[in-house]
Amino acid sequence: MTPSPLPSKFGSFGGQYVPETLMPALSELETAYLELRVDAEFQAELERLLTTYAGRPTPISHARRLTEKFSGAQIYLKREDLAHSGAHKINNTLGQALLARRIGKRRIVAETGAGQHGVAAATACALLDLECVVYMGTVDIARQAPNVLRMRLLGAEVRPVATGSQTLKDAINEAIRDWVTNVRDTHYLLGSVLGPHPYPTIVREFQSVIGREARAQIISQAGRLPDQCIACVGGGSNAIGLFHAFREDKQVAFVGVEAGGEGISSGKHAARFADPTKGRPGVLHGTYTYVLQDADGQISDTHSIAAGLDYPAVGPEHALLRELGRATYTSVTDDQALEAFQLLSRMEGILPALESAHAVAEAVRRAPSMRPDQILLVNLSGRGDKDLDTVTDALGMGHELGAQEATEAS
Amino acid sequence: MNGLTHVSSAFQATRAAGRAALMPYFTLGFPDPQSSLKIIESIAGSGADLIELGIPFSDPLADGPTIQHSTQIALQQGTTVARCLELTAELRSRGVSQPLILMGYINPILAFGVERFVAEAAGAGADGFIVPDLPFEEAAVMEAACQSHQRALIFMLAPTSTPERVAAVAKRAAGFVYLVSLIGITGARSALPPDLAGFVERVRDQTPVPLAVGFGVSTPAQAQAVGSLADGVIVGSALIDAIEGTEDWPHAAADFVGELRSALEAPVRN
Repeated sequence: MTPSPLPSKFGSFGGQYVPETLMPALSELETAYLELRVDAEFQAELERLLTTYAGRPTPISHARRLTEKFSGAQIYLKREDLAHSGAHKINNTLGQALLARRIGKRRIVAETGAGQHGVAAATACALLDLECVVYMGTVDIARQAPNVLRMRLLGAEVRPVATGSQTLKDAINEAIRDWVTNVRDTHYLLGSVLGPHPYPTIVREFQSVIGREARAQIISQAGRLPDQCIACVGGGSNAIGLFHAFREDKQVAFVGVEAGGEGISSGKHAARFADPTKGRPGVLHGTYTYVLQDADGQISDTHSIAAGLDYPAVGPEHALLRELGRATYTSVTDDQALEAFQLLSRMEGILPALESAHAVAEAVRRAPSMRPDQILLVNLSGRGDKDLDTVTDALGMGHELGAQEATEAS
Repeated sequence: MNGLTHVSSAFQATRAAGRAALMPYFTLGFPDPQSSLKIIESIAGSGADLIELGIPFSDPLADGPTIQHSTQIALQQGTTVARCLELTAELRSRGVSQPLILMGYINPILAFGVERFVAEAAGAGADGFIVPDLPFEEAAVMEAACQSHQRALIFMLAPTSTPERVAAVAKRAAGFVYLVSLIGITGARSALPPDLAGFVERVRDQTPVPLAVGFGVSTPAQAQAVGSLADGVIVGSALIDAIEGTEDWPHAAADFVGELRSALEAPVRN
């Protein structure tokens, strides 16, 4: 029996707005996914890779000092930063790489912003012997240099994208153009809950391991469900990955945190839901969702200190969760994210990715007005090693260090 | 005028003349709005049977570097959707009489409003629309608007299209079907794909609607070869490549379009 096809829309959001050339590939992907979803052997192989290779389950940590500082809600961290290659991205890349291998596509193209998805894609491709090409904007290449080197060392080819804003949006344009050209032997390993159907659903399914683990862990460690789940939202895969397992737990609130950049009123941000002058439903990269755009429907340039959040569209399921009132969305500025980065580093001994620091900032904003018997569960989606240059530059530490060395030398 | 009959009579005329229709593409607002009008008038005066007019979009993911570049310049020149409709009306008032097909990505059309866009474009003199990121699954609203304004929503088929998809498009086709010659994005190529004849035949078996082939058609010789297989030949990137860098763009456009037209009129050597 042919399994029933997955719904292509989330309410009015989602869909398949792509050139005809790609439509058969999307249908092939959906068919393969539906088969493998119920294929015990495939599921066992994915499970084996997640546990013996990627380091799952990742723990949850009670952020004790941070909690005490604000004397409010208990703050727990889901430690995706401890997953192999440094972020939650590996959950999806292992799944999709296995899927690609099953449908006989041995060439992978991927896009990357912060470089975390690119590294995770390159990692999965090295492990499963697949060719890997990663498109990355030249602005992002400059600010996430360590990840570029990691991808190259893992055997991937990193292709710089110098068009448009030279960030994630433009990297996706080029990855799609490559895919259109090479669709017969190439799988597009999309890194978030974005793009045309079935990607938002497939990526959610591979990432929902985060929430399945976290739900069991918080019940076991804290004895109850959290009051709120908090996660940063670029495309929104780590957020959907955390939220999905709690979807029937109506008492658990979902909070998505967008990149406020230099502040909403500055116009330099990536907060699709926070800026009604620019954030309206529209189509970008194959999906109908909230998109930052001008009155003419041209896509806006975005800004965030976190490359992984610096993108003008949000995953279509987030648009539905917001419409239904199931999730609320807030934004955190670059400066607030940097403060949270330092706070978590000094008080918990964890350098968070700048993306994840947005979620931490939202948690410390909420915790003080909550009771100590309440729980905030924060998805710490990635580690901050990739951001050392950005953070030390922003904090002026590079100069301090240079001055200190000069003094010591004299 | 009824856009559907305007388009089909253009194909009937070229069929009667024993040749394929020539449909050059040009980007509205490139290199600036006034110059684009002159270039398009020149294209209209030198042998085009239909004309495809590009509405610029910031993220044209089906387009290669040539058309990307032209649309970026057009956007810098302030070429909004509203401006494109004004330019279309201006072409009509200057006497351009061929069917005009507007090519644009869906997001600017959504921002303008689908129904309003089709209505105002019809009023400006457009006969049909090509929306490369709107497969038939998502096209119901636009299709209904086109039907009520008697305009052609042109569907695309690609070499990867399955028999089911070919049949679905054949059933819904209006005006003509746009066959994407190759697996890839727009842009000049040195050779035509070897399996083009088979692809055209595969669609021909399913529909009496005219078939126009685009993507990668670059030279008069290639246009002639495509014209011997299909009812229409679409040339975009190669036209822009042919005029960029010349002194007089309208003149260079007329020369190139004239060469393409002569090639379509010449008997095919077998």
